[in-house]
Amino acid sequence: MTKKLSLLISVVIIAALLLAACGTPAATEAPVATEAPAAATEAPAATEAAAEPVTITWWHITTKDPGLTEFQKMADDYMAMHPNVTIELTILENEAFKTKLTTVMQSGEVPDIFQSWGQGGMIEQVNAGLLKDISADLEGEWGDSLGALDAFAVDGKNYGVPWDMGAVTFWYNKDLFEQAGVEVPTTWSEFLTVCETLKAAGITPISVGEGDKWPGMHIWAYLVSRIGGAEAFSAAAASGDARTGSFEDEAFVQAGYELKKLVDGGYFQEGFLGATHDDMNAAFGNGKAAMELGGQWSPSVQAANSADTLGVKNLGMFNFPAVEGGAGLMTDLVGGGNGFAIGKDAEPEAIDFVKYLTNLDNQKIVASTGMGIPVAKGASESISDPNMVMVADAVANSTYYQLYFDQVLPSAMGSIINDAVQKIFAGTATPEEVCAEIEAGFLAQ
Amino acid sequence: MQSNPAQATLINPKRSGLSRKTKDRMVIILFLFPALVIFLLFVIYPIFRSVYYSTFDWKGLGEATKNIGFENYRKILIDTVFQKSVVNVVIIIVLSLVLQLPAAIILSTMVARDLPGRALFRTIFFLPYVLSEVNAAIMWMLLYNPDPERGFINGILVAMGLNTVNWLADMNIVLFAVFIVLTWKYFGFHMLLYLTGLQNIPTEIEEAARMDGANSFQNFWYITLPLLSGTIKTSVQMSVLGSIQQFILVWVMTKGGPVNASEVMATYMYRFGFVRFQFGYGSAVAIIMFLVCVIFSLLYRKLTNKPDYLTGL
Repeated sequence: MTKKLSLLISVVIIAALLLAACGTPAATEAPVATEAPAAATEAPAATEAAAEPVTITWWHITTKDPGLTEFQKMADDYMAMHPNVTIELTILENEAFKTKLTTVMQSGEVPDIFQSWGQGGMIEQVNAGLLKDISADLEGEWGDSLGALDAFAVDGKNYGVPWDMGAVTFWYNKDLFEQAGVEVPTTWSEFLTVCETLKAAGITPISVGEGDKWPGMHIWAYLVSRIGGAEAFSAAAASGDARTGSFEDEAFVQAGYELKKLVDGGYFQEGFLGATHDDMNAAFGNGKAAMELGGQWSPSVQAANSADTLGVKNLGMFNFPAVEGGAGLMTDLVGGGNGFAIGKDAEPEAIDFVKYLTNLDNQKIVASTGMGIPVAKGASESISDPNMVMVADAVANSTYYQLYFDQVLPSAMGSIINDAVQKIFAGTATPEEVCAEIEAGFLAQ
Repeated sequence: MQSNPAQATLINPKRSGLSRKTKDRMVIILFLFPALVIFLLFVIYPIFRSVYYSTFDWKGLGEATKNIGFENYRKILIDTVFQKSVVNVVIIIVLSLVLQLPAAIILSTMVARDLPGRALFRTIFFLPYVLSEVNAAIMWMLLYNPDPERGFINGILVAMGLNTVNWLADMNIVLFAVFIVLTWKYFGFHMLLYLTGLQNIPTEIEEAARMDGANSFQNFWYITLPLLSGTIKTSVQMSVLGSIQQFILVWVMTKGGPVNASEVMATYMYRFGFVRFQFGYGSAVAIIMFLVCVIFSLLYRKLTNKPDYLTGL
């Protein structure tokens, strides 16, 4: 008898396991459906009788405070003001977010609001029909109040809005500059002279983490935009008939040769080819190098990686110098930041919530808490960190805003460019070969 | 097999219907079933899925639609970076077999003896294997730091009046720097294998040899080593397969760089699969790695088919 019983139990367990394994997405949706009516009953019927219960899904990657708490508070406040709306937050770490988003997108289920860096990845999502065109909503007051909207537009249509936009600039150690008797350079030849003088004074001019590849790529990207202007890159990065340039154009090749001058001059720290982004910031933060090219995150990473924060004590910032004879201005910026993308099934309430998230008050919170550099006009006055004020000023005064090269292009291109440019740093390929490799990679996409 | 009394009482000969054997088989199948389902679902199915995806030009967004046949495989095999990664893997395998395993054998014979403090040394030698790979990689990155004030190894070199070495930044050195870490990390595991093997060797044989006048070296060479052959077989196979699949240490320390100088097959696969999101291409690399491992294992088993001295297997 016991044998039969155990047999029966086994069969039941196996059946249960199988059922669990075959669970469909439809089953997981069920709880959402039951939650919504509950919210509706709580809604004060007298004031908002017509308001239908709505559930908004929002995925963000701000896993640390202050952003974690502030975002939660913004969602709670909005729900308090709109009792018919339920906001479901999913907070994921950066890499986990990318993986999970890719997975849900394969099944065509897109969150209503989710983290986006704009352009490249966004273009692929738009082409797959996963995002909602919100150009009409942005027309007028809302759109006018925000900057850097283009980063979240594809073919002139907006699919999201930014909430934090920084820039890549040179950070320098004022003490070391003084020690070597050099001034902040405004042109490329001045910059090379500064490097030479620093080196002669026994100071490493530039710290770069070329083991991680992208920190060094930004030097090349800046040289391209300084030499060729905004045109060079947009002409090469466009697709179809709009593509009037190529990555083998003069500006890209010359940028390689200018970068090579830094390598050949020995202006980078010892072992830069194997250094990580943390190593690079440690060298700068410990006062071992005079300059580094980095984004708005640099001061905090430098401080976090240095033993004595000697290099961070007296921090200065300057825009990437202009290259003589080049089409780009010293005030043109390369940078990027964070935004909200709007999923294809988003209800009008979701868009209204994003409008709330990016209003002046909430953007001032972003500024004052140090969550980022706000994009709403008038919000940057609330920034308290002096280093962030410098970046915000640079962004505010920029004549052209170029999103990171690896963000604008399809996702694979970032890695292709990074790998190719590293060869200039290693001296294993000529600038022409490097550009040909990038061009071939682009054509294969 | 001899049946013991406990087993005999369990057998009830009076039961009618299915024979004892059939019933046993049913129970076995029943208990194997859950494991089999999981194995099929999470091991076998993904392999076939990868084979399928490897014939597509697919970025992971939406369904794979662009079938390109064996184009991915053709591209991989003619890619100089992939060839470089294969060469690097072969270098690591050869170095492992020539340096790492002999070192493990020698150390294991030492800590197996009645040396003072052998338990301590055994623990010390095995310790790196217990560490997580990422921890080990980060620790060695700190040791390798090019700045002599921060990097321990370069600090010692400078103190000895030598020049610093850019361990992870010099394209001619990086692969060997990585190999040192691999050896440090895994020789303890092989040492443990050999220790177990040594315990199976009856001490009488060695004693008899010593009576016959064999010295320590002769004892090791003519008795210990041949009797360890079964363990050595296993150790070599695990070392080779481990080298082919090596990923974490290399990725964390160098990302296969600088400029592919320390690229191995797994980092190459990861770059295309999860950095460039070319899942079709990445799947094809994975299938090639899988085939290399399977073919090696089959060939190796065929070649080392001679029976073991001790077990006769």
